[in-house]
Amino acid sequence: MKKFLSLSGPAAALDKINVDTDQIIPKQYLTAITKSGLGKGLFHDFRYDINDNIRKDFVLNQQPWTQAKILISGENFGCGSSREHAPWSLSDFGIRCVIAPSFADIFFNNCGKNGILLISLPNEKVQILMSHAKNPSSCEMTIDLNMQKISYAESEIMEFHLDESLKYRLLNGLDDIEMTLQNSNSIDMFERNQKKSLPWLYNRETSH
Amino acid sequence: MNSNSLRPPRTLFDKIWDSHVVSNNEDGTSLIYIDMHLTHEVTSWTGFETLRDSSRQVRRTDKTLAVPDHSIPTVNQADGIKDPIAREQVEALVKNTQDFNIPYIPLLDARQGIVHVIGPEQGVTQPGCTLVCGDSHTATHGAFGCLAFGIGSSEVGHVLATQTLIQRRPKNMKIEMIGKPGIGISGKDIVLAIIGKIGTAGGTGHVIEYVGPAITDLSMEGRMTLCNMTIEGGARAGLVSPDAKTFDYLKGRDYSPKGDEWDQAVDYWNSLATDPGAKYDKVVTIETTDLVPQVTWGTSPEDVVSIDGNVPDPKAASDEKSRDSIAEALDYMDLKPGQAITDISIDRVFIGSCTNSRIEDMRAAAAVVDGKRVAKGVSAMVVPGSGLVKAQAEEEGLDRIFIEAGFEWREPGCSMCIAMNDDRLDPGQRCASTSNRNFKGRQGRGGRTHLVSPAMAAAAAIKGHFVDVRDFFLG
Repeated sequence: MKKFLSLSGPAAALDKINVDTDQIIPKQYLTAITKSGLGKGLFHDFRYDINDNIRKDFVLNQQPWTQAKILISGENFGCGSSREHAPWSLSDFGIRCVIAPSFADIFFNNCGKNGILLISLPNEKVQILMSHAKNPSSCEMTIDLNMQKISYAESEIMEFHLDESLKYRLLNGLDDIEMTLQNSNSIDMFERNQKKSLPWLYNRETSH
Repeated sequence: MNSNSLRPPRTLFDKIWDSHVVSNNEDGTSLIYIDMHLTHEVTSWTGFETLRDSSRQVRRTDKTLAVPDHSIPTVNQADGIKDPIAREQVEALVKNTQDFNIPYIPLLDARQGIVHVIGPEQGVTQPGCTLVCGDSHTATHGAFGCLAFGIGSSEVGHVLATQTLIQRRPKNMKIEMIGKPGIGISGKDIVLAIIGKIGTAGGTGHVIEYVGPAITDLSMEGRMTLCNMTIEGGARAGLVSPDAKTFDYLKGRDYSPKGDEWDQAVDYWNSLATDPGAKYDKVVTIETTDLVPQVTWGTSPEDVVSIDGNVPDPKAASDEKSRDSIAEALDYMDLKPGQAITDISIDRVFIGSCTNSRIEDMRAAAAVVDGKRVAKGVSAMVVPGSGLVKAQAEEEGLDRIFIEAGFEWREPGCSMCIAMNDDRLDPGQRCASTSNRNFKGRQGRGGRTHLVSPAMAAAAAIKGHFVDVRDFFLG
């Protein structure tokens, strides 16, 4: 996984609640077996009209947000489908940090495994950042993960909290599978015990 | 693993969680053992790619079952998949299951179907187990008292390689349904009413246990519909305590325990129910006695109202954010504030999806359309959830009822719930759908989705607009 240390760039405001993963990346991008190019489909129906022309009224089609690195949105961001294409498309577009009052559970986990930092802040604080993000002259922000600080409006600082283990994994770009495999003795032991107590989960004779 | 009288009382969820902890980590997360993993073409390829890249193997090939469902056609499946990109994705699943020696149900197998329909059908879904799938509607399997939740593709790779997941223990939430609903009220109406009450983030961070006579009275199919849409209430997993109905459903199925082990399993399953006095972090009670069939009006599953109700007026909203949100939804849905739900005309009807494509759903819809005709100008389709559901329905003559009424009778798949194949709405079309998400563009760009039960969808197909299916039977 790509490490997340710090991030600087324009923050884009998507002032909506309950942004679901179908909005983040719609179904027509789910049939491919590659992650590359998904950034083109990010927020597809907001970015392109029905004839696939660029909609100039959408923030990510406007300067300087075509280069957005941070996204600021409303509560329950990332609800709905478990598609990991949502974080892949954000990351492919160049957005590696989303700030919102709350996130849906599966999306939250998926982002953590793709080097995307999700920052939850109280709604009042999100609104402050949102108003700065809406202005092209004040939308530049810097996220320092180690210090857990967001710098905005040139000299303002906002702190944020996150899970220590998630922070550690993001900072070091750690692979969960590798870490778990170091624990494989415990998994072996678990299976031996479970096989004794719930043998039917092990002695299956199926037609498959 | 049996409950210990010295232990504080535990919920059904606590018991399943506790019995699956491989290790507790210092950071508060746990390594959880996964008893069964279901997988399909859309979210699995990257997991297999990760295994290949790191020269790893699948830890337990006997604990994963693969089936294609999302992007496959629902007509002329025997002719193969015409869309070259979708075909490549299904072919990748075939190759991956062969290379890694994982059981696979092919497209043309009678047992093929939507992953959340075939899991229970094959007996893969069992009480007290942990089950995951790269699909948010994995919550479905909670109907069996199975801790089941959707995961992302990275987690699919983690399960393939380790048969475990790193998770933070969710909290306990209880939804207690008071009283029994009247005739004509389905599991779909119950779950839509629940989401309307708790909202789409109401269950975030929790596992919901559904209790009350309205829940125990549901068939296994109804419980699956209920648990399926738990994710629409923000919780990753829903649970119903296993009982005799659960055991009757499972007996004799392919993956179910056999012989002496069956009796041993039933004893164990009977020990799983929540202990008296067990604590829940959050409790919600909902009165069901006067529940009326539910219809969604907006672009979020929480935008739900009774069939005898009206489209809300943004002006009546409590705050600016909800006012804007309602106004935006009404604009997308092309509805007027205050409009009666029964005045909303429809163009399409979709009966299917992992929410409502099981035999009981087919029967409920067929009972409504029997001897009638689909309204002029309405296009209606029924997509059974699996080859076995299709065969059962055909044995009962339900396919004839649908076809004679003017419905299309399709082959199994996810179809117009996710619209990854050709089954989709045209811009501006309005659909009565038994699926689970009315998000903008979900069933096709510019399409307008109203979520309802199978009987309500069938009644709308006949009348051309929404109607209380209970009146429909009366006259």
